[in-house]
Amino acid sequence: MAERFKLTIVTPDREFYSDDVDMVEFNTTEGEIGIYQGHAPLTVIVKPGILTITQGETIKNAALHAGFVQILPQEVTILAEIIEWPDEIDEKRALAAKERAENRLHGGGSIDVARAEAALMRSIARINAAKMK
Amino acid sequence: MASMRDIKRRRGSVQSTQQITKAMKLVSTVKLQRAKGRAERSKTYFKCMYDTVVSMLSKAGEINHPYLKASESPKKAVIVVTANRGLAGGYNSNIVKLVRNNEDWKKEDLIIYPIGSKGRDALARAGYEMGEDYSDTIEEPIYADAMKISKRVLDDFAEGKVGEIYIAYTGFKNTVTHIPTLLKLLPIKLEDERASEDKAVLDFEPETEEAVELIIPKYITSLIYGAMIESVASENGARMQAMDSATSNAEEMIDKLSLLYNRARQSSITQELTEIIAGAEAIS
Repeated sequence: MAERFKLTIVTPDREFYSDDVDMVEFNTTEGEIGIYQGHAPLTVIVKPGILTITQGETIKNAALHAGFVQILPQEVTILAEIIEWPDEIDEKRALAAKERAENRLHGGGSIDVARAEAALMRSIARINAAKMK
Repeated sequence: MASMRDIKRRRGSVQSTQQITKAMKLVSTVKLQRAKGRAERSKTYFKCMYDTVVSMLSKAGEINHPYLKASESPKKAVIVVTANRGLAGGYNSNIVKLVRNNEDWKKEDLIIYPIGSKGRDALARAGYEMGEDYSDTIEEPIYADAMKISKRVLDDFAEGKVGEIYIAYTGFKNTVTHIPTLLKLLPIKLEDERASEDKAVLDFEPETEEAVELIIPKYITSLIYGAMIESVASENGARMQAMDSATSNAEEMIDKLSLLYNRARQSSITQELTEIIAGAEAIS
């Protein structure tokens, strides 16, 4: 088994997670990324998606919506603007948000496409994460 | 000397004022604890954010981005963080003074984005140009509010409506020390050159220019959020202090009035006795 590295997830309001882990996966602007110990130093920007933390046999999921990540060989820090554990998600609300965003995208007219798309991605990430309870 | 009844009434009114100030002090003490806790919890985030931005800007020589350059517009946007409520000693007026007494600024060049109605009203009265009002967010600042505000000012910056962005807030040093602070948000100036040198060079994905585009707004947002949280803590600290001294002043007044009251009571008793004795003597 690979050696572990220290993962810290902080949000403006709290320290969300901090422990030694085997692997962490999430979505970035350049595509999905999985990080093991010893990764080259890198800073990436987060895209809405599911964050997966692997720690031995246990796997934890969370919905990560915005922020950026600083990767160092022995340490990974995720500065998350919005992140939620699956049990914190209101699935009904996320479904409603998804529908709203889709309607807006298909409805045409003068809309803020980028905003509607971002809302759609966020709601999809939430719904998927909520299913992993 | 005032009559006994007058003194008693006066003392009663001071006493009820004292009860109010005492209650307000207790409330702001509790609120201060909560606000302090929040400020503590968010510290890690800001430290990480600052480190990243510094390491990013240490390579700023090659980066050519509007966020890092002064723009030509003479207008300056100032986000002014005050409270929606008074009775907090000099908390609100200190911030207003900070904005008004800045000698480098001309009144016509400023656009005020108020967070907190006390500062908004004072500056509007003084004839400053007002931008959008965010006063309702200061009651319970959440990160989403800070995102909204920073998006607004960054849009104005990108459109060239304003050339510089500042934030005026009250820094929270400890429970009794609060420092009115003026911070320049944009264009970013790297003040601590040393800090950038010992940082490992980081790679960016996507390209550094794009990363600047995406990370700087987050940095600004976190600064605004931090300023809001610190201001709330300072507001409650200032109110606690103001109410504490008001309570002890009231205490002093009550003591003084009690003394006067007792004296008046005693002299009225003495007078009554003298009258009775004199009356008795006249009869016998």
